[in-house]
Amino acid sequence: MTDARAAILGRLRGAIAGRRAAGPATPRPETYIRPLRARGAQPELVARFREMALFAGASVATIVNDAAAPSAVARYLSREGLGDQLILSPSERILRMPWKGTPRLSVRRSQFGPGDRVAVTEAVAGVAETGTLLVRSGADSPNVLHLLPEAHIAILDSAMIVGSYEDALEILGREKAWPRAATFITGPSRTADIEKTPQIGVHGPRKLHIVLIHGEDT
Amino acid sequence: MQADPTAFSTNARLALEDTILQQALGKLQGDFRRDRAAMLSRLPEFDALRDQARTIKDHALDHLADYLEQFEERVVARGGSVHWCEDAAAAQETILRLCRQSGGSRIVKGKSMVSEEIGLNDYLGKNGLDPVETDLGEYILQLRGERPSHVVMPAIHLNARQVGDAFRDGHTDLAPSRSLDHPDDLLAEARARLRQKFLDADVGITGANFLVAETGSIVLVTNEGNGDLVHTLSGTHIVLAGIEKVVPTLSDAFGLVRVLARSATTQEITSYTSIVSGPRQADDPDGPASFHVVLVDNGRSKLLASAFRDVLRCIRCGACQSLCPVYGAVGGHAYGAVYAGPIGSVLTPALVGLKAAKPLPEASSLCGQCQDVCPVHIPLPALLRRWREKIFDDPALSDTTRTGIKIWSFATRRPTLYRLFQRLAVALLAGMGRKSGYIRQLPLAGGWTGARDLPAPQGGTFMSQWRRRQGKEPQP
Repeated sequence: MTDARAAILGRLRGAIAGRRAAGPATPRPETYIRPLRARGAQPELVARFREMALFAGASVATIVNDAAAPSAVARYLSREGLGDQLILSPSERILRMPWKGTPRLSVRRSQFGPGDRVAVTEAVAGVAETGTLLVRSGADSPNVLHLLPEAHIAILDSAMIVGSYEDALEILGREKAWPRAATFITGPSRTADIEKTPQIGVHGPRKLHIVLIHGEDT
Repeated sequence: MQADPTAFSTNARLALEDTILQQALGKLQGDFRRDRAAMLSRLPEFDALRDQARTIKDHALDHLADYLEQFEERVVARGGSVHWCEDAAAAQETILRLCRQSGGSRIVKGKSMVSEEIGLNDYLGKNGLDPVETDLGEYILQLRGERPSHVVMPAIHLNARQVGDAFRDGHTDLAPSRSLDHPDDLLAEARARLRQKFLDADVGITGANFLVAETGSIVLVTNEGNGDLVHTLSGTHIVLAGIEKVVPTLSDAFGLVRVLARSATTQEITSYTSIVSGPRQADDPDGPASFHVVLVDNGRSKLLASAFRDVLRCIRCGACQSLCPVYGAVGGHAYGAVYAGPIGSVLTPALVGLKAAKPLPEASSLCGQCQDVCPVHIPLPALLRRWREKIFDDPALSDTTRTGIKIWSFATRRPTLYRLFQRLAVALLAGMGRKSGYIRQLPLAGGWTGARDLPAPQGGTFMSQWRRRQGKEPQP
């Protein structure tokens, strides 16, 4: 094992030295390109996030505060015929929402089981560039909850909408620990493996619904 | 079709007669051109991003050893381990050992071209294990016992009926009378089938689109979400990656993410782009208990020192396949190799030797569209020409061609002799085709006349016609 490591690294160093004899190494890009659509003032980024998320096949409901989230979720479930059962991701913010007082919802925060269809999780950030969510694994956000349900509902605070993937990773980097898994999600699970026909929901969620908490515009 | 590059012309003939394949290829190439144009119109910076992608990969390759060491150090710091493998056999053995160490035998896999390259499924199968592919396309191919025919659209050569047949033959526990007429039926069946495999898995094997040195992470890109299910639900996560996949930072990885899906499927980004860093942490509710990265050389370090070094920039998007007129005519299986199309014709001789892959560098019209779409500017036509030069330089590979070209080269440098030859040839050919104007059979040119007639030359050589014309008409 160690021999293979030494042999591979030795050959690589030899090859690189050979190239250095012919010319200098390629430097890293001085600045990395951020597409124009990843830049702009916050209201523009929020508008672009919505537009691009819809383009990617997600749906978006905008509400004014956390207290309105449970009823927005209930409306979505009844509109889509998804029943009344919900699994909640145990994030502080989600657990503080008034789920109990919302009729037509039966909420649990246990493990996701075979009969479960819908989960609500909190997104770390939204990326305007492509209408993408950033989610992460952790004690307060099991990774399975955005993978196993038929419908994944993501709560996103519009203040967490940024331009680019890199901006979103910067927000993630400010948390106390780097997660095992961080996933950029853009629209529902999809495939085109049968005759190039686009199909939704092959292994992951068939629906991605974003509940955007967007207070009074400042 | 034979999984042998030297059978290219036989394979190509079969492919041209395969109407299902021809329909699929026509759709692929038409859609790709149209959708790519739409994608380009949405992102004016795309060309600048391609230039940057080339720089990112060139920089990484120029410091490959350092970044691999840094990557290893960071993986270990997060509780994972890294295994270095010289070749396919070493990688196979390492993975078998890791599977056995896991204590379980249920294996699920995400899509990995390196897995195809090292023949992993066959090897695990021979050793009593039964890995299940979870990418829908790869799963279909596993049921049919086939190789992928495209890097990102592995089952592009099949139609829905063939997929239905594969499901009927493979899922014998289900009612034979069930309807599989609609693609949605197929999707629902695959979803239910594979969902249970994910939930039961002991070991999950995935590829990696990028390895990130700074954080010891892998970046995994899928549309189906199968890769994330594999690493989240398995007890052991094994990542299989070529050593050329490492980049310094997440900024570099996302610089490449911006061109990857756009080049592969013309999407803005795939549905899931995950940064996976090591095994389950102390308070994680899910994720694997152990995390292994199997780094595979298999000829790559030699390529870095060779004239084909640029091919190591490849990020496996398949754009060169989707646009290539030769690929578009014969499909991926005709190449008889793991990697088809222009990138495969450059890579395969390096992986299996030029003798075993000889027809592939010739299987190109050198039209240059592959280079035009490549997100990392690999000069594919130039590299194909370089292989052709090597074929020519090797007497064992090109005896008749060499002799023929030597005679031609001798003659062209002697104009009088060349014109004499030409006049003789024209007279001879004109005589042969006197009756019909066509020649049906010609010695040494059976490759041409086997499929079509050669028009007999008329009116003498170009030079003699030119001289006549000069005499009659004033110069423009």
